[in-house]
Amino acid sequence: MSANGDYPIGQIRGDFPILSEKVRGKPFVYLDNGASAQKPSAVIEQISKTYETGYANVHRGVHYMSQIATDAMEDARRKVKDLLKAADEKEIIFVRGATEGINLVASSWGGANLKPGDEIILSVLEHHSNIVPWQIIAKQTGAIIKVVPIDDDGVFLMDEYEKLLSKRTKLVSVTHVSNALGTVVPVTDVVRLAREKEALVLIDGCQAAPHMPLNVRELDVDFYVFSGHKLYGPTGIGVLYGKEELLETMPPYQSGGEMIDRVTFENTTYSGLPFKFEAGTPDIGGIIGLGAAIDYINKIGFDAIALHERDLLDYGTKCLSAINSVELIGTAPEKAAILSFNIKDIHPHDVGTILDYDGIAVRTGHHCAQPVMDRFDLAATVRASFGLYNTRSEVDALVDGINRVQEMFR
Amino acid sequence: MSSALRQLYQDVIMEHSRNPRNVGKMDDANAEANGNNPLCGDKISVYVKLDREIIVDAKFDARGCAISVACASMMTEMLKGKTIQEAKGAYARFVDLLTSSDIPSIPKDEILSSLMGVREFPTRIKCATLPWQTLVAAIDGSAKIVTTE
Repeated sequence: MSANGDYPIGQIRGDFPILSEKVRGKPFVYLDNGASAQKPSAVIEQISKTYETGYANVHRGVHYMSQIATDAMEDARRKVKDLLKAADEKEIIFVRGATEGINLVASSWGGANLKPGDEIILSVLEHHSNIVPWQIIAKQTGAIIKVVPIDDDGVFLMDEYEKLLSKRTKLVSVTHVSNALGTVVPVTDVVRLAREKEALVLIDGCQAAPHMPLNVRELDVDFYVFSGHKLYGPTGIGVLYGKEELLETMPPYQSGGEMIDRVTFENTTYSGLPFKFEAGTPDIGGIIGLGAAIDYINKIGFDAIALHERDLLDYGTKCLSAINSVELIGTAPEKAAILSFNIKDIHPHDVGTILDYDGIAVRTGHHCAQPVMDRFDLAATVRASFGLYNTRSEVDALVDGINRVQEMFR
Repeated sequence: MSSALRQLYQDVIMEHSRNPRNVGKMDDANAEANGNNPLCGDKISVYVKLDREIIVDAKFDARGCAISVACASMMTEMLKGKTIQEAKGAYARFVDLLTSSDIPSIPKDEILSSLMGVREFPTRIKCATLPWQTLVAAIDGSAKIVTTE
Protein backbone atom coordinates (compact mmCIF):
# COMPACT_ATOMS: atom_id res chain seq x y z
CA MET A 1 0.00 0.00 0.00
CA SER A 2 1.29 3.42 -0.84
CA ALA A 3 -0.03 6.94 -1.08
CA ASN A 4 1.57 6.98 -4.48
CA GLY A 5 -0.77 4.77 -6.50
CA ASP A 6 1.63 4.47 -9.42
CA TYR A 7 4.47 3.10 -7.35
CA PRO A 8 4.84 -0.58 -8.33
CA ILE A 9 5.28 -1.80 -4.77
CA GLY A 10 4.04 -5.33 -5.43
CA GLN A 11 6.44 -5.82 -8.28
CA ILE A 12 9.31 -4.24 -6.34
CA ARG A 13 8.76 -6.54 -3.35
CA GLY A 14 8.75 -9.47 -5.74
CA ASP A 15 12.21 -8.38 -6.93
CA PHE A 16 13.67 -9.10 -3.47
CA PRO A 17 13.60 -12.85 -2.77
CA ILE A 18 14.38 -12.50 0.94
CA LEU A 19 11.23 -10.47 1.56
CA SER A 20 9.11 -13.57 1.05
CA GLU A 21 11.04 -15.46 3.75
CA LYS A 22 9.21 -16.20 6.98
CA VAL A 23 10.67 -15.52 10.43
CA ARG A 24 9.30 -18.01 12.97
CA GLY A 25 6.33 -18.51 10.68
CA LYS A 26 5.62 -14.79 10.43
CA PRO A 27 6.18 -12.43 7.49
CA PHE A 28 9.65 -10.91 7.51
CA VAL A 29 9.31 -7.17 8.17
CA TYR A 30 12.69 -5.66 7.42
CA LEU A 31 13.11 -2.21 8.94
CA ASP A 32 16.90 -2.20 9.31
CA ASN A 33 17.81 -0.69 5.95
CA GLY A 34 20.03 1.90 7.59
CA ALA A 35 22.34 -0.95 8.61
CA SER A 36 22.19 -2.73 5.27
CA ALA A 37 19.66 -3.07 2.46
CA GLN A 38 18.41 -6.35 0.99
CA LYS A 39 19.38 -7.32 -2.55
CA PRO A 40 17.15 -7.57 -5.61
CA SER A 41 17.38 -10.63 -7.90
CA ALA A 42 18.97 -8.40 -10.53
CA VAL A 43 22.02 -7.94 -8.27
CA ILE A 44 22.17 -11.54 -7.05
CA GLU A 45 21.88 -12.89 -10.59
CA GLN A 46 24.42 -10.44 -12.00
CA ILE A 47 27.00 -11.61 -9.46
CA SER A 48 26.38 -15.26 -10.36
CA LYS A 49 26.43 -14.44 -14.05
CA THR A 50 29.76 -12.68 -13.69
CA TYR A 51 31.38 -15.73 -12.12
CA GLU A 52 29.60 -18.14 -14.47
CA THR A 53 30.20 -16.42 -17.78
CA GLY A 54 32.51 -13.42 -17.57
CA TYR A 55 35.17 -13.75 -14.90
CA ALA A 56 38.97 -13.44 -14.83
CA ASN A 57 41.34 -10.95 -13.24
CA VAL A 58 41.00 -7.43 -14.57
CA HIS A 59 43.45 -5.04 -16.23
CA ARG A 60 45.99 -7.82 -16.61
CA GLY A 61 45.40 -10.60 -19.07
CA VAL A 62 45.53 -10.33 -22.80
CA HIS A 63 42.90 -13.03 -22.90
CA TYR A 64 39.22 -12.84 -23.71
CA MET A 65 37.75 -13.40 -20.23
CA SER A 66 40.01 -10.79 -18.66
CA GLN A 67 38.78 -8.29 -21.22
CA ILE A 68 35.14 -9.20 -20.56
CA ALA A 69 35.58 -8.78 -16.78
CA THR A 70 37.55 -5.54 -17.20
CA ASP A 71 34.88 -4.07 -19.47
CA ALA A 72 32.12 -5.04 -17.04
CA MET A 73 34.00 -3.53 -14.10
CA GLU A 74 34.74 -0.30 -15.94
CA ASP A 75 31.14 -0.17 -17.10
CA ALA A 76 30.12 -0.26 -13.42
CA ARG A 77 32.52 2.63 -12.75
CA ARG A 78 30.71 4.64 -15.41
CA LYS A 79 27.40 3.86 -13.70
CA VAL A 80 28.77 5.16 -10.40
CA LYS A 81 30.09 8.26 -12.15
CA ASP A 82 26.63 8.89 -13.59
CA LEU A 83 24.95 8.19 -10.24
CA LEU A 84 27.09 10.87 -8.57
CA LYS A 85 27.15 13.12 -11.67
CA ALA A 86 30.93 13.21 -11.36
CA ALA A 87 32.97 14.80 -14.12
CA ASP A 88 35.15 11.81 -14.91
CA GLU A 89 35.46 8.09 -14.18
CA LYS A 90 38.97 8.76 -12.87
CA GLU A 91 37.31 10.36 -9.86
CA ILE A 92 35.57 7.13 -8.85
CA ILE A 93 37.73 5.00 -6.54
CA PHE A 94 36.43 1.58 -5.54
CA VAL A 95 36.99 0.82 -1.86
CA ARG A 96 35.56 -1.75 0.58
CA GLY A 97 33.00 0.68 1.92
CA ALA A 98 32.53 4.22 3.18
CA THR A 99 34.74 3.41 6.17
CA GLU A 100 37.68 2.61 3.93
CA GLY A 101 36.95 5.68 1.82
CA ILE A 102 37.21 7.97 4.85
CA ASN A 103 40.30 6.17 6.10
CA LEU A 104 41.87 6.63 2.68
CA VAL A 105 41.32 10.39 2.70
CA ALA A 106 42.35 10.77 6.35
CA SER A 107 45.52 8.79 5.83
CA SER A 108 46.54 9.95 2.37
CA TRP A 109 45.34 13.55 2.20
CA GLY A 110 45.47 14.11 5.96
CA GLY A 111 48.89 12.55 6.35
CA ALA A 112 50.34 14.72 3.58
CA ASN A 113 48.62 18.00 4.40
CA LEU A 114 47.69 18.35 8.07
CA LYS A 115 50.03 20.33 10.30
CA PRO A 116 50.02 20.99 14.04
CA GLY A 117 47.20 23.40 14.91
CA ASP A 118 45.23 22.75 11.72
CA GLU A 119 41.56 22.10 12.38
CA ILE A 120 39.15 19.44 11.17
CA ILE A 121 35.43 20.08 11.66
CA LEU A 122 33.05 17.17 12.29
CA SER A 123 29.52 17.16 13.71
CA VAL A 124 27.80 15.46 16.63
CA LEU A 125 25.78 13.49 14.05
CA GLU A 126 28.77 11.51 12.77
CA HIS A 127 28.98 7.74 12.62
CA HIS A 128 32.09 6.43 14.37
CA SER A 129 33.64 5.79 10.95
CA ASN A 130 33.68 9.55 10.37
CA ILE A 131 35.20 10.25 13.77
CA VAL A 132 37.87 7.69 14.55
CA PRO A 133 39.97 8.00 11.35
CA TRP A 134 40.21 11.75 11.99
CA GLN A 135 41.19 11.23 15.62
CA ILE A 136 43.98 8.93 14.55
CA ILE A 137 45.36 11.28 11.89
CA ALA A 138 44.91 14.27 14.22
CA LYS A 139 47.05 12.50 16.81
CA GLN A 140 49.72 11.78 14.23
CA THR A 141 49.81 15.28 12.77
CA GLY A 142 48.93 17.51 15.71
CA ALA A 143 45.70 18.65 14.06
CA ILE A 144 42.69 19.53 16.20
CA ILE A 145 39.09 18.30 15.90
CA LYS A 146 36.16 20.68 16.33
CA VAL A 147 32.58 19.46 16.58
CA VAL A 148 29.41 21.14 15.30
CA PRO A 149 26.57 20.70 17.83
CA ILE A 150 22.93 19.83 17.07
CA ASP A 151 19.72 21.08 18.65
CA ASP A 152 17.07 19.06 20.49
CA ASP A 153 15.43 18.05 17.21
CA GLY A 154 18.74 16.78 15.87
CA VAL A 155 19.23 19.71 13.48
CA PHE A 156 22.80 20.58 12.45
CA LEU A 157 23.45 24.05 13.87
CA MET A 158 24.66 26.07 10.90
CA ASP A 159 25.44 29.22 12.91
CA GLU A 160 27.59 27.23 15.34
CA TYR A 161 29.35 25.66 12.37
CA GLU A 162 30.02 29.10 10.96
CA LYS A 163 31.58 30.14 14.26
CA LEU A 164 33.89 27.12 14.25
CA LEU A 165 35.16 27.84 10.74
CA SER A 166 38.40 29.79 10.54
CA LYS A 167 41.58 30.10 8.53
CA ARG A 168 42.83 27.12 10.57
CA THR A 169 40.05 24.88 9.22
CA LYS A 170 41.58 22.57 6.66
CA LEU A 171 38.77 20.04 6.24
CA VAL A 172 35.11 19.66 7.08
CA SER A 173 33.87 16.08 7.20
CA VAL A 174 30.17 15.65 7.89
CA THR A 175 27.40 13.24 7.13
CA HIS A 176 24.79 13.95 4.48
CA VAL A 177 22.08 12.12 6.44
CA SER A 178 22.38 11.05 10.09
CA ASN A 179 22.19 7.27 10.43
CA ALA A 180 20.94 7.50 14.01
CA LEU A 181 18.32 10.26 13.62
CA GLY A 182 17.64 10.68 9.91
CA THR A 183 18.51 14.40 9.90
CA VAL A 184 19.40 15.71 6.45
CA VAL A 185 22.33 18.10 6.71
CA PRO A 186 22.16 21.08 4.31
CA VAL A 187 25.34 20.13 2.54
CA THR A 188 25.20 23.00 0.03
CA ASP A 189 25.51 25.53 2.86
CA VAL A 190 28.20 23.45 4.57
CA VAL A 191 30.29 23.59 1.40
CA ARG A 192 29.62 27.26 0.65
CA LEU A 193 30.79 28.35 4.12
CA ALA A 194 33.82 26.05 4.02
CA ARG A 195 34.86 27.55 0.67
CA GLU A 196 35.05 30.99 2.22
CA LYS A 197 37.85 29.65 4.43
CA GLU A 198 39.34 27.54 1.64
CA ALA A 199 38.68 24.36 3.58
CA LEU A 200 37.99 21.05 1.84
CA VAL A 201 34.76 19.14 2.39
CA LEU A 202 34.15 15.39 2.66
CA ILE A 203 30.57 14.17 2.80
CA ASP A 204 29.62 10.77 4.20
CA GLY A 205 26.78 9.78 1.90
CA CYS A 206 26.01 6.30 3.25
CA GLN A 207 22.47 7.15 4.30
CA ALA A 208 21.85 9.60 1.45
CA ALA A 209 22.86 7.63 -1.64
CA PRO A 210 20.01 5.06 -1.36
CA HIS A 211 17.34 7.72 -0.95
CA MET A 212 18.04 10.84 -3.02
CA PRO A 213 19.52 11.91 -6.33
CA LEU A 214 23.09 13.16 -5.95
CA ASN A 215 25.20 15.62 -7.86
CA VAL A 216 28.72 16.03 -6.53
CA ARG A 217 29.52 18.79 -9.00
CA GLU A 218 26.51 20.84 -8.04
CA LEU A 219 27.25 20.25 -4.34
CA ASP A 220 30.87 21.14 -5.15
CA VAL A 221 32.15 18.65 -2.54
CA ASP A 222 35.78 17.56 -2.62
CA PHE A 223 35.16 14.00 -1.44
CA TYR A 224 32.00 11.91 -1.20
CA VAL A 225 31.83 8.35 0.13
CA PHE A 226 29.12 5.70 0.25
CA SER A 227 28.77 1.94 0.77
CA GLY A 228 27.32 -0.35 -1.88
CA HIS A 229 25.52 -2.66 0.54
CA LYS A 230 23.24 0.12 1.73
CA LEU A 231 22.37 0.88 -1.91
CA TYR A 232 20.91 -2.61 -2.51
CA GLY A 233 24.31 -3.75 -3.78
CA PRO A 234 26.69 -6.40 -2.41
CA THR A 235 28.73 -6.09 0.78
CA GLY A 236 32.43 -5.37 0.62
CA ILE A 237 32.25 -2.67 -2.02
CA GLY A 238 31.99 1.08 -1.68
CA VAL A 239 32.96 4.26 -3.44
CA LEU A 240 35.18 7.23 -2.78
CA TYR A 241 34.58 10.14 -5.10
CA GLY A 242 37.30 12.76 -5.12
CA LYS A 243 37.97 15.75 -7.32
CA GLU A 244 40.56 14.77 -9.88
CA GLU A 245 42.98 17.60 -9.11
CA LEU A 246 42.96 16.63 -5.43
CA LEU A 247 43.33 12.91 -5.97
CA GLU A 248 46.25 13.63 -8.32
CA THR A 249 48.19 15.35 -5.54
CA MET A 250 47.51 12.68 -2.92
CA PRO A 251 50.00 9.88 -2.17
CA PRO A 252 48.85 6.23 -2.51
CA TYR A 253 46.98 4.71 0.44
CA GLN A 254 47.79 1.04 0.02
CA SER A 255 50.39 -0.29 -2.36
CA GLY A 256 50.98 -3.40 -4.40
CA GLY A 257 49.76 -4.63 -7.76
CA GLU A 258 47.49 -2.70 -10.10
CA MET A 259 48.48 0.67 -8.63
CA ILE A 260 51.94 0.75 -10.21
CA ASP A 261 53.32 2.01 -13.46
CA ARG A 262 56.88 0.63 -13.24
CA VAL A 263 58.60 -1.14 -10.37
CA THR A 264 62.31 -1.68 -9.82
CA PHE A 265 64.02 -2.19 -6.47
CA GLU A 266 65.35 1.35 -6.75
CA ASN A 267 62.12 3.14 -7.53
CA THR A 268 58.45 2.74 -8.36
CA THR A 269 56.22 5.00 -10.36
CA TYR A 270 52.48 4.83 -9.82
CA SER A 271 49.53 4.35 -12.10
CA GLY A 272 47.24 7.20 -12.92
CA LEU A 273 43.77 7.63 -11.47
CA PRO A 274 41.75 5.78 -10.36
CA PHE A 275 44.17 2.84 -10.19
CA LYS A 276 46.71 4.63 -7.98
CA PHE A 277 44.23 4.09 -5.14
CA GLU A 278 43.14 0.57 -6.06
CA ALA A 279 46.05 -1.63 -5.01
CA GLY A 280 45.55 -5.36 -5.42
CA THR A 281 42.86 -7.33 -7.21
CA PRO A 282 39.61 -5.46 -6.67
CA ASP A 283 36.28 -6.96 -5.65
CA ILE A 284 35.38 -7.59 -9.27
CA GLY A 285 32.10 -9.39 -8.59
CA GLY A 286 31.12 -6.79 -6.01
CA ILE A 287 31.82 -3.88 -8.34
CA ILE A 288 29.79 -5.42 -11.16
CA GLY A 289 27.02 -6.22 -8.65
CA LEU A 290 27.02 -2.60 -7.51
CA GLY A 291 26.58 -1.57 -11.14
CA ALA A 292 23.51 -3.84 -11.31
CA ALA A 293 22.12 -2.25 -8.14
CA ILE A 294 22.48 1.22 -9.65
CA ASP A 295 20.67 0.04 -12.80
CA TYR A 296 17.92 -1.37 -10.62
CA ILE A 297 17.45 1.86 -8.67
CA ASN A 298 17.51 3.96 -11.82
CA LYS A 299 14.79 1.80 -13.30
CA ILE A 300 12.48 2.74 -10.41
CA GLY A 301 13.78 6.30 -10.32
CA PHE A 302 14.86 8.43 -7.38
CA ASP A 303 11.84 10.71 -7.66
CA ALA A 304 9.47 7.78 -7.16
CA ILE A 305 11.64 6.30 -4.38
CA ALA A 306 11.84 9.64 -2.55
CA LEU A 307 8.06 10.11 -2.78
CA HIS A 308 7.38 6.59 -1.51
CA GLU A 309 9.83 6.87 1.38
CA ARG A 310 8.51 10.32 2.30
CA ASP A 311 5.07 8.78 2.62
CA LEU A 312 6.44 6.03 4.87
CA LEU A 313 8.23 8.60 7.02
CA ASP A 314 5.12 10.78 7.37
CA TYR A 315 2.86 7.83 8.08
CA GLY A 316 5.33 6.27 10.52
CA THR A 317 5.88 9.57 12.33
CA LYS A 318 2.13 10.02 12.67
CA CYS A 319 1.56 6.47 13.96
CA LEU A 320 4.42 6.46 16.47
CA SER A 321 3.61 9.98 17.71
CA ALA A 322 0.11 8.76 18.51
CA ILE A 323 1.50 6.27 21.06
CA ASN A 324 1.82 8.09 24.38
CA SER A 325 4.78 6.22 25.75
CA VAL A 326 6.83 6.47 22.54
CA GLU A 327 9.33 9.26 22.26
CA LEU A 328 10.78 9.99 18.83
CA ILE A 329 14.45 10.94 18.93
CA GLY A 330 15.33 13.12 15.96
CA THR A 331 12.53 15.35 14.74
CA ALA A 332 14.33 17.59 12.28
CA PRO A 333 12.09 19.13 9.60
CA GLU A 334 14.36 17.67 6.90
CA LYS A 335 14.64 13.94 7.48
CA ALA A 336 15.25 10.71 5.62
CA ALA A 337 12.91 7.77 6.35
CA ILE A 338 14.46 6.86 9.70
CA LEU A 339 12.49 6.65 12.95
CA SER A 340 14.62 6.50 16.06
CA PHE A 341 12.58 6.10 19.22
CA ASN A 342 12.31 4.85 22.77
CA ILE A 343 9.41 3.41 24.70
CA LYS A 344 9.09 4.83 28.19
CA ASP A 345 10.81 2.64 30.85
CA ILE A 346 11.58 -0.16 28.40
CA HIS A 347 15.13 -0.71 27.20
CA PRO A 348 15.63 -0.79 23.41
CA HIS A 349 17.14 -4.29 23.56
CA ASP A 350 14.05 -5.68 25.17
CA VAL A 351 11.96 -3.92 22.52
CA GLY A 352 14.17 -5.34 19.76
CA THR A 353 14.01 -8.90 21.09
CA ILE A 354 10.22 -8.84 21.37
CA LEU A 355 9.74 -7.23 17.93
CA ASP A 356 12.09 -9.80 16.46
CA TYR A 357 9.85 -12.52 17.81
CA ASP A 358 7.14 -11.12 15.55
CA GLY A 359 9.49 -11.14 12.56
CA ILE A 360 10.15 -7.39 12.73
CA ALA A 361 13.81 -6.50 12.28
CA VAL A 362 14.88 -3.17 13.78
CA ARG A 363 18.21 -1.94 14.99
CA THR A 364 18.69 -1.35 18.69
CA GLY A 365 21.72 0.19 20.28
CA HIS A 366 23.85 3.28 19.75
CA HIS A 367 23.97 2.88 15.96
CA CYS A 368 27.75 3.44 15.97
CA ALA A 369 26.98 7.06 16.81
CA GLN A 370 27.67 7.33 20.54
CA PRO A 371 28.09 11.14 20.46
CA VAL A 372 24.47 11.39 19.23
CA MET A 373 23.32 9.15 22.11
CA ASP A 374 25.34 11.23 24.59
CA ARG A 375 23.75 14.41 23.21
CA PHE A 376 20.33 13.06 24.18
CA ASP A 377 21.67 11.37 27.33
CA LEU A 378 20.64 7.95 26.08
CA ALA A 379 22.48 4.63 25.95
CA ALA A 380 20.52 3.44 22.96
CA THR A 381 17.43 3.80 20.82
CA VAL A 382 15.25 1.58 18.68
CA ARG A 383 15.64 2.49 15.03
CA ALA A 384 13.29 1.65 12.19
CA SER A 385 14.87 2.64 8.88
CA PHE A 386 12.90 2.29 5.66
CA GLY A 387 13.83 1.39 2.13
CA LEU A 388 12.23 1.42 -1.28
CA TYR A 389 10.37 -1.88 -0.67
CA ASN A 390 8.75 -1.09 2.67
CA THR A 391 5.01 -0.52 3.03
CA ARG A 392 2.51 1.22 5.23
CA SER A 393 1.30 -2.16 6.43
CA GLU A 394 4.82 -2.82 7.73
CA VAL A 395 4.55 0.41 9.71
CA ASP A 396 1.27 -0.98 11.08
CA ALA A 397 3.08 -4.21 12.00
CA LEU A 398 5.66 -2.15 13.89
CA VAL A 399 2.90 -0.33 15.78
CA ASP A 400 1.22 -3.65 16.68
CA GLY A 401 4.61 -4.93 17.81
CA ILE A 402 5.16 -1.89 20.04
CA ASN A 403 1.76 -2.50 21.61
CA ARG A 404 2.72 -6.10 22.35
CA VAL A 405 6.00 -4.95 23.92
CA GLN A 406 4.03 -2.67 26.20
CA GLU A 407 1.62 -5.44 27.11
CA MET A 408 4.52 -7.63 28.11
CA PHE A 409 6.09 -4.97 30.28
CA ARG A 410 2.82 -3.77 31.82
CA MET B 1 2.67 -14.40 23.35
CA SER B 2 5.18 -17.08 22.46
CA SER B 3 6.34 -19.35 25.23
CA ALA B 4 10.06 -18.68 24.57
CA LEU B 5 9.48 -14.98 25.07
CA ARG B 6 7.50 -15.66 28.23
CA GLN B 7 10.32 -17.89 29.40
CA LEU B 8 12.79 -15.04 28.80
CA TYR B 9 10.67 -12.34 30.40
CA GLN B 10 9.24 -14.45 33.19
CA ASP B 11 7.77 -12.92 36.31
CA VAL B 12 10.82 -13.21 38.53
CA ILE B 13 12.98 -11.42 35.93
CA MET B 14 10.38 -8.72 35.30
CA GLU B 15 10.01 -8.23 39.04
CA HIS B 16 13.76 -7.79 39.56
CA SER B 17 14.07 -5.45 36.58
CA ARG B 18 11.25 -3.24 37.84
CA ASN B 19 12.48 -3.24 41.44
CA PRO B 20 16.16 -4.03 41.34
CA ARG B 21 17.81 -4.77 44.72
CA ASN B 22 21.13 -3.42 45.93
CA VAL B 23 21.27 -0.48 43.53
CA GLY B 24 23.66 2.40 44.04
CA LYS B 25 27.23 3.33 44.79
CA MET B 26 28.91 1.76 47.83
CA ASP B 27 31.17 4.18 49.65
CA ASP B 28 33.05 1.59 51.68
CA ALA B 29 33.53 -0.93 48.86
CA ASN B 30 36.96 -2.48 48.77
CA ALA B 31 36.56 -3.94 45.31
CA GLU B 32 34.86 -2.47 42.29
CA ALA B 33 34.88 -2.59 38.52
CA ASN B 34 33.06 -1.16 35.55
CA GLY B 35 31.58 -3.24 32.76
CA ASN B 36 30.81 -2.12 29.25
CA ASN B 37 28.99 -3.65 26.34
CA PRO B 38 30.49 -1.66 23.47
CA LEU B 39 27.98 -3.12 21.02
CA CYS B 40 25.02 -1.57 22.76
CA GLY B 41 26.48 1.11 25.02
CA ASP B 42 25.21 -0.52 28.20
CA LYS B 43 27.21 0.11 31.36
CA ILE B 44 27.41 -1.35 34.82
CA SER B 45 29.44 -0.71 37.95
CA VAL B 46 29.71 -3.47 40.53
CA TYR B 47 30.78 -2.73 44.12
CA VAL B 48 31.82 -5.40 46.59
CA LYS B 49 32.69 -5.27 50.26
CA LEU B 50 35.00 -8.11 51.17
CA ASP B 51 35.94 -9.40 54.59
CA ARG B 52 38.90 -11.55 53.68
CA GLU B 53 37.36 -14.29 51.52
CA ILE B 54 33.75 -13.47 52.32
CA ILE B 55 31.54 -11.15 50.26
CA VAL B 56 29.83 -9.12 52.96
CA ASP B 57 27.94 -6.78 50.64
CA ALA B 58 27.45 -6.22 46.92
CA LYS B 59 25.78 -3.40 45.01
CA PHE B 60 25.52 -2.27 41.42
CA ASP B 61 24.66 0.70 39.27
CA ALA B 62 23.58 -0.05 35.72
CA ARG B 63 22.22 1.43 32.55
CA GLY B 64 20.92 -1.61 30.76
CA CYS B 65 18.07 -3.77 29.56
CA ALA B 66 15.61 -5.75 31.69
CA ILE B 67 17.75 -8.88 31.41
CA SER B 68 21.01 -7.27 32.53
CA VAL B 69 19.42 -5.29 35.37
CA ALA B 70 17.48 -8.33 36.65
CA CYS B 71 20.58 -10.43 36.39
CA ALA B 72 22.67 -7.92 38.32
CA SER B 73 19.97 -7.60 40.97
CA MET B 74 19.69 -11.36 41.45
CA MET B 75 23.46 -11.72 41.43
CA THR B 76 23.99 -9.20 44.23
CA GLU B 77 21.28 -10.89 46.33
CA MET B 78 22.85 -14.27 45.84
CA LEU B 79 26.39 -13.15 46.60
CA LYS B 80 26.04 -11.93 50.14
CA GLY B 81 27.75 -14.26 52.56
CA LYS B 82 29.38 -16.29 49.79
CA THR B 83 33.13 -16.82 49.56
CA ILE B 84 35.07 -15.58 46.55
CA GLN B 85 35.50 -19.19 45.47
CA GLU B 86 31.78 -19.83 45.70
CA ALA B 87 31.02 -16.67 43.70
CA LYS B 88 33.42 -17.68 40.96
CA GLY B 89 31.96 -21.16 40.92
CA ALA B 90 28.48 -19.70 40.52
CA TYR B 91 29.73 -17.55 37.63
CA ALA B 92 31.25 -20.56 35.87
CA ARG B 93 28.04 -22.57 36.33
CA PHE B 94 26.02 -19.63 35.07
CA VAL B 95 28.08 -19.19 31.88
CA ASP B 96 27.96 -22.92 31.28
CA LEU B 97 24.22 -22.92 31.76
CA LEU B 98 23.75 -20.22 29.13
CA THR B 99 26.28 -21.31 26.55
CA SER B 100 26.92 -25.07 26.70
CA SER B 101 25.77 -26.93 23.62
CA ASP B 102 24.27 -29.75 25.73
CA ILE B 103 20.90 -28.92 27.13
CA PRO B 104 21.62 -28.57 30.82
CA SER B 105 19.33 -29.94 33.49
CA ILE B 106 17.29 -27.26 35.19
CA PRO B 107 19.24 -26.05 38.21
CA LYS B 108 17.66 -26.22 41.63
CA ASP B 109 18.68 -22.66 42.31
CA GLU B 110 15.73 -20.41 41.50
CA ILE B 111 17.88 -17.54 40.31
CA LEU B 112 19.83 -19.67 37.87
CA SER B 113 16.79 -21.54 36.61
CA SER B 114 14.92 -18.30 35.93
CA LEU B 115 17.65 -17.30 33.51
CA MET B 116 17.52 -20.50 31.46
CA GLY B 117 15.26 -18.71 28.94
CA VAL B 118 18.18 -16.57 27.83
CA ARG B 119 19.65 -19.68 26.13
CA GLU B 120 17.09 -19.31 23.37
CA PHE B 121 18.26 -15.76 22.62
CA PRO B 122 21.95 -15.87 21.68
CA THR B 123 22.08 -12.12 21.07
CA ARG B 124 21.06 -11.53 24.68
CA ILE B 125 23.51 -13.81 26.50
CA LYS B 126 26.01 -10.96 26.91
CA CYS B 127 23.31 -8.89 28.63
CA ALA B 128 23.08 -11.62 31.27
CA THR B 129 26.79 -12.31 31.68
CA LEU B 130 28.07 -8.71 31.87
CA PRO B 131 27.19 -8.20 35.58
CA TRP B 132 28.98 -11.43 36.44
CA GLN B 133 32.02 -10.65 34.34
CA THR B 134 32.23 -7.29 36.06
CA LEU B 135 31.90 -8.90 39.47
CA VAL B 136 34.79 -11.27 38.76
CA ALA B 137 36.92 -8.35 37.55
CA ALA B 138 36.11 -6.50 40.76
CA ILE B 139 37.08 -9.33 43.12
CA ASP B 140 40.16 -10.22 41.08
CA GLY B 141 41.15 -6.57 40.82
CA SER B 142 42.26 -7.64 37.36
CA ALA B 143 40.67 -4.94 35.26
CA LYS B 144 39.09 -1.62 35.98
CA ILE B 145 36.86 -1.91 32.93
CA VAL B 146 35.68 -5.15 31.39
CA THR B 147 33.90 -5.43 28.09
CA THR B 148 31.77 -8.14 26.55
CA GLU B 149 33.90 -8.03 23.39
